[in-house]
Amino acid sequence: MSDARTAILGRLRAAEGKTPPPAEHFEVVAPRGWSGEEKIARLRRLMESVHTEFLDARGGDWTALLQDWLAQQGLAGLIYPPDTPLGRRLAGQWSGATPLIPYDRSLAEWKEEFFAQEAAGLTGTQGGIAETGTLILWTDETQPRTLSLVPPVHVALLDVNMLYDTLWQAMREQGWTNAMPTNLLLVSGPSKTADIEQTLAYGVHGPKRLLVVLVEGDPAFS
Amino acid sequence: MAAADFRAKAHDALGNRELRANFRRAMDGLMSKRAMLFADRTEWTALRALGAAVRARSLLRLPELLEQLETRLRDNGIQVHWAETVDDGNAIFKDILSRHGARRVVKGKSMVSEEMGLNHALEAEGIEVIEADLGEYIIQLDHETPSHIIMPAIHKNKQQIARLFSQKIKDAEYTEDVDRLTDLARRVLRRKFAAADAGISGVNAAVAETGTLVLVENEGNGRMCTTVPRLHIAVMGLEKVVERLEEVPPILSLLTRSATGQVITTYVNMISGPRKPGEKDGPEEVHLVILDNGRSRIYADPELRNTLRCIRCGACMNHCPVYTRVGGHSYPGVYPGPIGKILTPQILGLETTGDLPHASSLCNACVEVCPVEIPIASLLVRLRSEGAGKTPHGGAPVKGAGSRRKSQEDWVWRAWALVFRMPLLNRLSNFALTRFGWALPSDSPLLREWMTVRSRPRFARRSLHELVRREGIPHE
Repeated sequence: MSDARTAILGRLRAAEGKTPPPAEHFEVVAPRGWSGEEKIARLRRLMESVHTEFLDARGGDWTALLQDWLAQQGLAGLIYPPDTPLGRRLAGQWSGATPLIPYDRSLAEWKEEFFAQEAAGLTGTQGGIAETGTLILWTDETQPRTLSLVPPVHVALLDVNMLYDTLWQAMREQGWTNAMPTNLLLVSGPSKTADIEQTLAYGVHGPKRLLVVLVEGDPAFS
Repeated sequence: MAAADFRAKAHDALGNRELRANFRRAMDGLMSKRAMLFADRTEWTALRALGAAVRARSLLRLPELLEQLETRLRDNGIQVHWAETVDDGNAIFKDILSRHGARRVVKGKSMVSEEMGLNHALEAEGIEVIEADLGEYIIQLDHETPSHIIMPAIHKNKQQIARLFSQKIKDAEYTEDVDRLTDLARRVLRRKFAAADAGISGVNAAVAETGTLVLVENEGNGRMCTTVPRLHIAVMGLEKVVERLEEVPPILSLLTRSATGQVITTYVNMISGPRKPGEKDGPEEVHLVILDNGRSRIYADPELRNTLRCIRCGACMNHCPVYTRVGGHSYPGVYPGPIGKILTPQILGLETTGDLPHASSLCNACVEVCPVEIPIASLLVRLRSEGAGKTPHGGAPVKGAGSRRKSQEDWVWRAWALVFRMPLLNRLSNFALTRFGWALPSDSPLLREWMTVRSRPRFARRSLHELVRREGIPHE
């Protein structure tokens, strides 16, 4: 199909404009100057408006709080990324009734079982965005893409010191351009649809519930 | 599809009370949700100017950016294919899928794949293609096409969907409860995701500097399609590229707010490569098919090129007084509403779809809401002229230019021009119409078309010139 490539690019080049490009003014997507508390409040309000649940573990032990929460939900287990700092912390301190299930093999090795689990999936985040109420998730060897997608409940740990005003600010300050992971995800609530009569329904293909655990200054996230 | 179909279908749609109620409800909802999010006019103006600048800049350097995109995608391990026509595009899909022995495919919502008729092409090869977006799944069950580019099943109400599910899904009970209907689809489609050999998706924006494919969605089906199967094939029109990653935030913000009145969609999925060694999931191979299908021809004309700015938000149709009354299925081609009226004739040609640019009152509602400032009304006028064979100096003629030219119409306009060039003729014709206009037969060429849907016009008994001469102009 290289003929197609040559032909298409040739036609485009023949018509390419010589006019100067219009200027871009990014002020409208630039940081808003919100305080830390304003960012937390805004993120929470926006995410709660689309059914996200919150667990505030600032100044406390998030593993213990999460244990209690999971026990109340009656979930079959907590699937977690074992080779991450938060995974190691979790495994080291876990004494809860909910079984811990490490995501320690390739998806193909346990696809059927993984899809059938009525469990929660735990992930870290690379911070959050206050303007839109959004979590930033990086995926890599230690944190699989499906961990935040397939389990019916997604639990995400968010360090409140890593909140940004806007997406534009987050991508610039974190230097995404030079280091995009294979899959970078922005998650702003549990899976939802309005395809039937514009009526919102949650949990269509991805997680039915999203729990954000707020932590602060935990070394596992630095 | 013949152009006359629009008239006939629009006429039928106007008489369908259920359809009109379904559209009215949905469009009113979408318009008010959008308006709430753009209540700050200063922000709207600035954001829109930025979005328009991003798209205009991308188009200015399109060939260069496409090459840069290709290079970066290849560096990232994503394979790039170029397709001149929809048949070429479909052939590329068939080839990749057959090399992998893929028989079961799950697919996220993609209008460009509708443009290609991809599902039919693959089904003809015996490949099962399951549309996984809930709206697309609903219309696929009913063998329909999308009636809206964002809300494909918006023409159906929940009773119709309840009936459809109870008939087409095995062991499904009849229910009108939206949560239960959604759960029913979830159960069917989860099995499909787990079993699929390949996933197909569209692309909302492709970033040249990083080699990244950006996809937005609320349901998670797009993530399933691009994550779970071992093969992912994405497809996009060649206009989707932007230069830099930092240009994505304004486009996303304009897209989701304009489309559904959301500050952001539940998921923004940025894909920059297949599974790396050591990663536990993600497709082993990722391909991108870049489709031309007439776009490079549109690009050749500096005015018409603005058509390619479109980010497919659907705001123009939500606000269109024609679309909201006749619905998406009245339009030939896959893109309905104002964007369809300018895009479809340029892709399919004015011979068959030359009526579309006329299916507008030029009210400008679409222009006011377009987040990237596409001058849709001016383009409609341009396409009307193209139909009559009048390409402006320096422009590139549209496919099928001149195919709607009528000698009678030409003659009328020539006479009109004469009347306005020669004062004596002007006075004579004014005199004739004011005094004897009543006597024009209703089936004369001047009145026939007008009177198909309107009452007979009454000519004033004195022309404006005469009135002014007699009464003067009052000064305040």
